Amino acid sequence: MKNSNMLTGLDRVLLSGREYVGADKIDGPLVFMRNTHPIGYGELVECIDQYGKVRTGQVLDTSDEVVVVQLFEGTSGLTLPGTKMRFIGEPLTLDVSEQMLGRVLNGLGKSRDGAMLPRGEGHRDVNGLPINPTSREYPRDFIQSGISVLDGLTTLIQGQKLPIFSGNGLPHNQLAAQIARQAKVRGADQEFAIVFAAMGVKYDVARFFIDSFEESGVLSNVALFLSLADDPSIERIITPRSALTLAEHLAFEKGKHVLVIMTDMTNYCESLREISTLRGEIPSRKGYPGYLYSNLAELYERSGKIAGRDGSITQLPILTMPNDDIGHPIPDLTGYITEGQIVFDREMHARGIYPPINGLPSLSRLMKDGIGEGMTRSDHPHLANQLFASYSHVKDVRNLASVIGEEELTVLDQQYLEFGDFFERKFVHQAFDEDRSIELTLDIGWKALSLLPAEELQRVTDQEIEQHYRS
Amino acid sequence: MQERIVGQVKRVNGPVITVKGITDAMMMELVNVGEQRLVGELVKLSGTEAIVQVYEDTTGISPNDNVYGTGMPLSVELGPGIIGTIYDGIQRPLETLRNVGGDYIQRGINRPSLSRENSWMFEPLVTVGDEVTPGSILGQVVETERVLHKILVPPTLFTKGTIVEIAPKGSYSVDRTIAIVEYEGQTFQLTMMQRWPIRVPRPVRERLALHTPLITGQRVIDMMFPLAKGGTVAIPGGFGTGKTMTQHAIARWCDADIIVYIGCGERGNEMTDVLREFPRLIDPRTGRSLMERTVLIANTSNMPVSAREASIYTGITLAEYYRDQGFHVAIMADSTSRWAEALRELSGRMEEMPAEEGFPAYLPTRIAEFYERAGYMKVLNNQEGSVSVIGAVSPPGGDFSEPVTQHTRRFVRCFWALDRSLASARHYPAIGWLESYSEYVNDVAAWWDEHSDGSWRESRSQIMDLLQREVRLQQIVKLVGPDALPDSQNFILEVCSLFKNAFLQQNAFDDIDRYSTVEKQIGMLQLILSYWRLGSEAIKKGVPMVKIRRMKVVQDIARMKFSVDNDDVGELDRIALRLERSLGQLGGMYEE
Ligand SMILES: Nc1ncnc2c1ncn2[C@@H]1O[C@H](COP(=O)(O)OP(=O)(O)OP(=O)(O)O)[C@@H](O)[C@H]1O
Ligand SMILES: [Mg+2]
Repeated sequence: MKNSNMLTGLDRVLLSGREYVGADKIDGPLVFMRNTHPIGYGELVECIDQYGKVRTGQVLDTSDEVVVVQLFEGTSGLTLPGTKMRFIGEPLTLDVSEQMLGRVLNGLGKSRDGAMLPRGEGHRDVNGLPINPTSREYPRDFIQSGISVLDGLTTLIQGQKLPIFSGNGLPHNQLAAQIARQAKVRGADQEFAIVFAAMGVKYDVARFFIDSFEESGVLSNVALFLSLADDPSIERIITPRSALTLAEHLAFEKGKHVLVIMTDMTNYCESLREISTLRGEIPSRKGYPGYLYSNLAELYERSGKIAGRDGSITQLPILTMPNDDIGHPIPDLTGYITEGQIVFDREMHARGIYPPINGLPSLSRLMKDGIGEGMTRSDHPHLANQLFASYSHVKDVRNLASVIGEEELTVLDQQYLEFGDFFERKFVHQAFDEDRSIELTLDIGWKALSLLPAEELQRVTDQEIEQHYRS
Repeated sequence: MQERIVGQVKRVNGPVITVKGITDAMMMELVNVGEQRLVGELVKLSGTEAIVQVYEDTTGISPNDNVYGTGMPLSVELGPGIIGTIYDGIQRPLETLRNVGGDYIQRGINRPSLSRENSWMFEPLVTVGDEVTPGSILGQVVETERVLHKILVPPTLFTKGTIVEIAPKGSYSVDRTIAIVEYEGQTFQLTMMQRWPIRVPRPVRERLALHTPLITGQRVIDMMFPLAKGGTVAIPGGFGTGKTMTQHAIARWCDADIIVYIGCGERGNEMTDVLREFPRLIDPRTGRSLMERTVLIANTSNMPVSAREASIYTGITLAEYYRDQGFHVAIMADSTSRWAEALRELSGRMEEMPAEEGFPAYLPTRIAEFYERAGYMKVLNNQEGSVSVIGAVSPPGGDFSEPVTQHTRRFVRCFWALDRSLASARHYPAIGWLESYSEYVNDVAAWWDEHSDGSWRESRSQIMDLLQREVRLQQIVKLVGPDALPDSQNFILEVCSLFKNAFLQQNAFDDIDRYSTVEKQIGMLQLILSYWRLGSEAIKKGVPMVKIRRMKVVQDIARMKFSVDNDDVGELDRIALRLERSLGQLGGMYEE
């Protein structure tokens, strides 16, 4: 059977780049075009406005009748008759290069500082491709962040995706900057390249990071993809994809260890919701599209290590929990994809504890293979376990104390209160520029445990008690 | 095979494609889309249009692209070579794809699920003239040192036939004819491989009652909320509460013959973890590597969503195939919620009318159909085999009232509810003892009693009772503090706390604790119950509880899970003796 409508490969080449004038409808960031040649799903589109300025877009839906294009630089100022569309016939790509380190780019990876970008080393599809699970190498190298509550209890591993669940007004940016500044893999003399993606955050936030990178002298090793609060919200959808495309190039083609900081994922998800609503899709929870999980996974899964290649991608996404609600779809779905989470606690912040990380809901799933003998210290796994167990009891005691009064507590329970205070003030709390070694962290942990009677410590061994416990 | 064009693309909306100009396409037909030949399945037919669900990323597909029919439904290849392999959701061999396509999964590459290059030593078990029926065993192949693969007559080719030719013992590839069967003048050439459509359950002779527990080596499961071979269980829990760890633990240590592990919309690294760990881990029962009984299906969260939808069916079809050979198969699906979400996404793109929370109205039917494929069966060749299904559920916000958890609950008979507060306190496995249940307790009680000198049922209900009483006492303590309770009641708190720490909690990362034999589990529970019984008696005599708690032997009980080796359960008896002696001494001091 021969079909006259069928496009041959050659037709496609000839038609790609063909320009159409006049849009049928514009709705938010979406432009609807009719009477085009058959357009491929996901194709790159260039839209030229009446002043000749080019905006980048992508095909969201394609059919015989109409093609729906989303424009990442927004549609403001476009007119129906004055809009020209060029369908490129290829997916949206980023021309990647190491030269992007030290540069400030927009969400599409175009220069934001006005200066020209040198030609890159090749175009990569910004959507990436799934890594074959058989090609992955299980991440296990301990990153010392110098922050006790992380290193001791929620250990970050090279190649991990570990988000910060925060709230408005909490010091998540400080923490991310501190990690970026202090992170090191011990015994390895290597620096992290940093890829920073800002989605819908204010200029001050971007400035804060830039200053902090500058101060520590690493700015030339940072690529910034900024799509700020006053940029079109649709650009946020593409920003992390551009950033991760560069990260993959740096990690898996250039052998670098890359730390990707993405903030604020909540803004990203809201842009997705906007598009979804515009398209009249059936929402799942709180109006977010049913594919939010898969969509976030497409980002978060672009991390890790690949067997036989040198580099790694470690992701540190930051998200502000709407209403401080960890059950909100954004933190919830994120937690279901990432390899743990660092959870901020407003109440601890109010008590002046920095970083205000609540150890109990926080979790690093990869720490099991990255700590202990030969990696951190042999007592680390049991110590961490014991700290969690003991600290979780402190909560109950505090509740009881608030009912019956501290004086009425048993001696043991009073010891738990003391332990809890010490733990929060000395172990968790530290200065913004304090860089503790893992040994120091573990020793402080033991000091805290030494406030409890030895027979309460059932998750550590007798030998460990003998060695480290000092009552 | 003659390629046949069944229509042209009309519209592309993500993984859902509308096809026009349909002539002779078949419902559920496997199709290829565009010049890249992306794999898809035809899920709806209406007039001259059809809806195709595509199992790969559809970027670049455009209207008017051709859609090619294959003339068969989406099927899996069944035969030697499955065990030890990792497949994606539509049974593409991931290792092979890596060899031909590199570290990223490229689109449009396809390789046969069973390698045609490998050959297998076939040993015939029938001779010319033998009569065979569906499910009859033609011969066997050592697939791995652990798995003696039976080559079966396919279930639906013919109802009865006679062997007219059978290959002699020798090495053959899976596509070589090894038997010729004649039936009513027709001849059938059989190979070691057969195909089966994934959405259709493989037929069996008869469904049997459940009676044997699936021993998992996880104490809270085996002793408190047991699963029967052929049974179904759901593990619901919010993120990070331990669904995957529990499933991994069962996949490692349970006494099934074959494990089918489906990573359905979950993390890539978790599959890597299994791939890395399993070949190194030794099955305590057979002394062989765990990979020799395991098949993995990985359709991670970033892989195409329609293949995620299919992965569950691919997995259970493989499981049924091994069941038909007389094996006991356990299948883990992590997570069925991601599968349900895939259904929802596809349904949304097909613009179907949604029911609860955007899920299609047929969600409960699909869940039921899946779990119905579990069971303890008499298979076509009269052997017995079973498929046990262990499904993780990931409720949004950890809230069990959402549709997937609720509907799943209707169709499973065992429920291991993971509790966020237990997980936060690092009480693992975080299976809550108040909300979880098993309807298999009565089915497997006879087995357990036989293996515990008749004590299992009784011990289990004793400890359950204590846990219930503890809840009420805790409520009092929350208001007035523990000192307000008499020692006899405080001791209940003490015993329950010991039971939770020393028994229910089980560290998956500890070399000894990760798995407990039946004997060790029984010994541990009895030791704790002796502590309860003897301790209560001592308190009646006037011994203060603090004295009892401080006995050295209590520390031994608290640490027995780590200190007593599975091969040295006698040590538990020695602890029991010390317990009796210590309490006897204490009691003696107060009696006078
Ligand atoms: N039996 C166990 N022993 C020790 N640690 C455990 C155990 N079960 C769970 N954990 C800890 O809990 C973490 C989370 O467990 P797991 O990955 O199984 O959660 P999950 O329920 O599958 O989460 P998600 O829904 O996000 O996939 C593990 O990384 C491990 O640190
Ligand atoms: Mg999991």
